Order: sequence, then C-alpha cells, then structure tokens
Amino acid sequence: MADTMELRDIEVWDGNMAASHALRQVQVDVVAAYPITPSTPIVENYANFTANGYVDGEFVMTESEHGAMSCCIGAAAAGGRVATATSSQGFALMVETLYSASGMRLPIVLNVVNRAIGAPLNVNGDHSDMYMGRDSGWIQLDSYCPQNAYDLNFIAFKVSEDHDVRLPAMVHQDGFMTSHTAQGVHTLPDDVAFKFVGEYKPMNDMLDLDHPVTHGVQTEEDWHFEHKARQQHALMTAVIPKIEAAFDEFEKLTGRRYNIVESYNMEDAEVAVVCMGTSVETAREVAEEMRSTHGIKAGVVGIRVFRPWPLEQIAAVLKDVKAIGALDRSSPHGTVGALFNEISGSLFNTDTKAVLTNYIYGLGGRDLTKAHLVSIFSDLKANADAGKPTTPLQQYIGLRGPKLSFF
Amino acid sequence: MSEMKKIKNLKDFSTSADRFEGANLLCPGCAHSIIVREVLNATNDDLILAASTGCLEVCTAVYPYTSWDASWIHIGFENGSSAVAGAEAMYKALKTKGRLKQPDRVPKFVAFGGDGATYDIGFQWISGCFERGHNMMYVCLDNEVYANTGGQRSSSTPIGASATTTPAGRVSYGEKKNKKDMMAIMAAHGAPYVAQVAPNKWKDMVAKIQKGFAAEGPVFINAMSACTTEWKFAPEDTISISDLATDSLVFPLYEIIDGTQLNITYRPKNIIPVRDYLGAQGRFKHLFTKQYEYLIDEWQTRVDAKWDYLQRREEASV
Repeated sequence: MADTMELRDIEVWDGNMAASHALRQVQVDVVAAYPITPSTPIVENYANFTANGYVDGEFVMTESEHGAMSCCIGAAAAGGRVATATSSQGFALMVETLYSASGMRLPIVLNVVNRAIGAPLNVNGDHSDMYMGRDSGWIQLDSYCPQNAYDLNFIAFKVSEDHDVRLPAMVHQDGFMTSHTAQGVHTLPDDVAFKFVGEYKPMNDMLDLDHPVTHGVQTEEDWHFEHKARQQHALMTAVIPKIEAAFDEFEKLTGRRYNIVESYNMEDAEVAVVCMGTSVETAREVAEEMRSTHGIKAGVVGIRVFRPWPLEQIAAVLKDVKAIGALDRSSPHGTVGALFNEISGSLFNTDTKAVLTNYIYGLGGRDLTKAHLVSIFSDLKANADAGKPTTPLQQYIGLRGPKLSFF
Repeated sequence: MSEMKKIKNLKDFSTSADRFEGANLLCPGCAHSIIVREVLNATNDDLILAASTGCLEVCTAVYPYTSWDASWIHIGFENGSSAVAGAEAMYKALKTKGRLKQPDRVPKFVAFGGDGATYDIGFQWISGCFERGHNMMYVCLDNEVYANTGGQRSSSTPIGASATTTPAGRVSYGEKKNKKDMMAIMAAHGAPYVAQVAPNKWKDMVAKIQKGFAAEGPVFINAMSACTTEWKFAPEDTISISDLATDSLVFPLYEIIDGTQLNITYRPKNIIPVRDYLGAQGRFKHLFTKQYEYLIDEWQTRVDAKWDYLQRREEASV
C-alpha cells in the first residue's frame, strides 16, 4: 500500500509538479514513460514518489516514447489505470501508437507538455504537437495554468475510463509557460482525489484469465469502416456530456468551475479572440483593458476541449460577435490555422455575419505580449465596423523582418 | 513455478489441448503454426500473448474471427515485445495491489514476431524490454524474409538468397550481407535464457521452451521457420527442409544461459553438406550456376566455422 502524502491546501507547484501529483493521487497502476523536455519533470517527480513509497504501481522507464506508449497500450489492455507524459518530438514518435490506443478503445491518460516540433530544433512551447494529435482519436483537454493541469488530469481519467467512452485522453499544458512556472495550486487530499476518479473498472481485460480476449485485430474493407465510424460516434456523442458531468461533479467537490468552452466577457462582446493555453489568460486581461481604455467590447473564447471539437458550443458563444480572431500557435504549413478552420466549420451553417481572420503567433516559444493583443483587438474592431476583413486573412504576430501575410 | 506438461510422444503432443486453433489463414505448410503450437503446448499455465504485425498476426486475428484461445494483443510491426511487457507490468502492479481476478494463477507472457519485426524494425523495443528485465518470452519466427509482404529482404536474410528487394540477376547473386547474429546480441543483454529451436526437433524445442518458462526474466527464442512460399519448396516438405537445415548445421540448435554458458543441444549423427540444404530451395537456385557456384563453397566454410566456434565455446564453458 502506497503512503499518502499530506499536502497543504495551496501548494506552490509548476504545471509539471501538478500533473505528477495528480498521477500519484489517482494511483495509476502502470506509468510507462520516456523523458523529454519540457515534460521530463513529470516522470522525474513520479520516479521520486515511487522511490519514496508514495506509488505502489509499476513505473517503467522505456527506451523511447514509442516504446512508452506501446507499453501503455499493453498495460491498458491487460486491465488497469495507465498514464504517461511527453512533448514535441517524443509526441511525434508516439503518433503511430496514439492511433492504436484510440482504435483499440483503451483508456490511457497522456500529459502533453506542448512544445514546438523541429526542424529547426526548439525546446520551447507552441501547439504543434497538440495539433499533430488532433486526428488521432484522443480526447484533448487544454490547461491554461498549473491549477488546470492538476484538475484536468482527474477529469481525464474519469471520462476516459468511463465504459461508455473507453477512449484515451490527453491533458495539454504549455511548455515552460505552464510546465515550469510555479503558481499557487489548490490541492485535494489524496483520498478525496482518488475517490473522485474512483477504482479502475476493467473491461475486456487480458488478465481476466477465465475470459481470454483478442485485442488489435485486423479489419479490411469489410469491417474497418464500421469500427472507425463507431469510434468517431463515441468521440462525438458520448464524450462532451461525460466531460460536462465530470465538470459539474468537480465543481461541487472543489468550487472550481470548468466549461467545455471558456468564455470571458462574451455576453455583449462585439469582437472576440479564440485561443488556447496560457494565451487565454493574457487575452482576458487585454480584453478587460480594451473595454476600459479603448471602449471596445472585447471578449475571449478559450478552448478547453480541443477534441472532440465542441461545434455547437463554439457556434453558440460566437453567434452574435461581429469580428473574430482565431489565434493559432502552430504553423499550419499549407492552409489556414486549425482554429480558423474549426471555427469556420462551427459557424458556416449558422446565420452569423462575423468576419473571421487568422493570426499565427508564438511559434517556438515566442512571447505573445499584451501589446500584440491590443493590436489584434484593434484589427478586429476595424473588421467589425467595416463588416469585412480590413487585414489579410492570415497574419503573423510578433514576427521580425518583412511583414508576411496571406490571402 | 510453472506447471510443465509431461509429454511422452508426438501423438501425445499433437493431440494436446490447443490454445492456437487450426482455423487460421497461414499458408499450407507454414512452419509458424507448428512452432506456435509447440510453444503453447509446452505449458498448462495461462498465457498472455502478443504478436507483431506479420504473417502470424494477419492470419490469426481477422475480425470477427480469432485463432487464439488465450488473451492476445497486436499493436504494430515493431512493438509486440512492448505490448506484452506492458501487460506484464500491469500484472505485477495488480498483484502488488491485490486486484488480480485469479490471484492463484501465474500467467506466462509471450510475444511472437517475425524476423522483420525482430532483427529489423522491432529491434530497439526488444532490446529495451530485455534490458529492463520483464518476465517474458520473445519468440522470433525466423523465416529470413518479409514473407507477409511478398518476400523483401530483412537483416536475417542469408547471403545468396534471392529476395524481391535483393533479387538475383545477371550481375547479382541476391542478398550480399550475412545474417545478423541475433542469438549473440540477445545473449549479450544478459538474458537468463536464449535458445535457437527448430520445429522438426520438437523434443529439443519443448525442453527449451519449458526451460525458458522456468527462467526468471526475459527469454529469447529464435525459431527457424521454413517458409514454403518464399524459400520456394513444396508445402509438404516443410519438415524435411527443416531437417536439412538442422542436419547441415545451417541452423545449429543451441542455448546460452545467463549470457555466458553455451550448450549445443543437437548434434546430427550424419552432417549433410550445406549444398543439399541450399539445393532444396528455389531462393538459392541461381547459386547452382557456374557464375555463382563459388558461393556454395563459401557457405560451407562459413557454416563449418560457426560450428567450430560454437563447439569451442561449449568446451570452454563460456
């Protein structure tokens, strides 16, 4: 039996430490992992917990991220709680197995500490790895700060392991900005945290020796389509209600409210930016200032659930806005940004007349400053007044050298 | 300690309870199914199995059917070893936590992979599993070629074999590189038990599988799997080709204990020429021409040298 740890009500933790404690508190049965910056401290902290008797599950340090997720899949199929962590290049190496995990309907929680993907090699935070995972069939929850990284892990286990869902889940946090920035984090006592997620309930577990099961079969044109359609159906219909229910229960337990879409000052907003990660908090601060000092009714839509994409909730929150800026922290490489596309898809068959433009920012850890956001909100106001784009469709924010833009 | 079957004779063995069903899609004459049955039938213990992508996998688990009457998992081409290692880690965790459904039963963890999945693409994963010391057996079904995808060379393909990516032609005798010595590499991991087996020598094979199951830690079995399709011999000749392989010493049968103690487990009464082994297979047909005949002599020299080496190691007890 693992020892419990006495935590202060508020601990000063960075996002990595917050995630490590969440893994410890839910008593993960198998963590198989490979270290990579900036997620490394998650597994280092977990190794420390293990070395000091706070973990009684297995901790497997593999030879690669691909090996880590492969072990996680074998462990999850065997029938128990499984988690790991990674970033960037390691995430890219895992991608093949991410599709396996979701296609095999195995609950696994993956903490992704977002980082750019080379070349050029870069260790800092952007959303390239998160975007790379968006077609992999995983649930993707996004943190804006260490507190979120802690809380969303509990949500992720609860939803992922639900027998109506049985899909793996990623909890994202921004590399360094969240992962290495210490803040006050409200904690749950070990027993309370565990009880919220509950005992793992196995299903189709390989270790039930009286009921052998075959995992990871082959299907061709005869059955592949039916499998993938059902997987997509579960992701699109079962997950959002389960997350909402988990958010409600979590609020009752902690007083902390999470929403599928985190809207800020959106009730009467004329212009809005849509963004993810740490940028949400900066954008909220600037939106407040735009109202008080510039007289612009600015709002912010933070994406909390990136996959499954909450089409209806996004359409609802943006329906009365006149101009929207989609802020993508990843190079789209050949099209508009992913958020721009998703928002377009959410609004296209609605009555909205909103002008939508796209900003690429923060690549490789480049700061998004308040001044940048002031200029974005000012652009959006001009678009709102003109009723059409007054700027190029896709612009870069914070880029040095000649001004580059498209469309 | 595992429960070992008492096997008296081949009839006894071949009618033993089967957890690998005859209903599968492997080619008639494929040695894979013979080897898999021999491995599974060597124990009465529960089994948790994995397979890497390959002939065995695509022929035994095509939805909605399965040939496996034991828990089985497949993820990808390179990671059958890690899949079973993950399951083994979960077994340990649930044992520690008292959550096993059948706590009195101790399953064996076995991964199967072809030589492509073992010598080539899955090498890193296997090495990782062995270094970490998972309590598992890895069985390489070594047919010396990517048979599932139509006969491309692997790093197990021997010199002079014609494969689709190293075809014999007017100016080429086929594969140019010698087969990777996977036995030595796996023994160098310090694995408690490493053995080479062949389906025709079933008593030798069962004894080794049972030794492997009794060992604590990762066990590597390299099983010669004669491939009727890619080696190009008639399906009914699988066992006689296997006999040629073991009796010509192209596939010597031996074991390495704890990475240090090498024992030869089969000494043919009459060692036959390597030429006879090569001549029985279409993949070496082009060697029997004036242009390439010198390679047959080189083959014999190489096989003799390896046999000498194995004997010297056995004598020196290293």
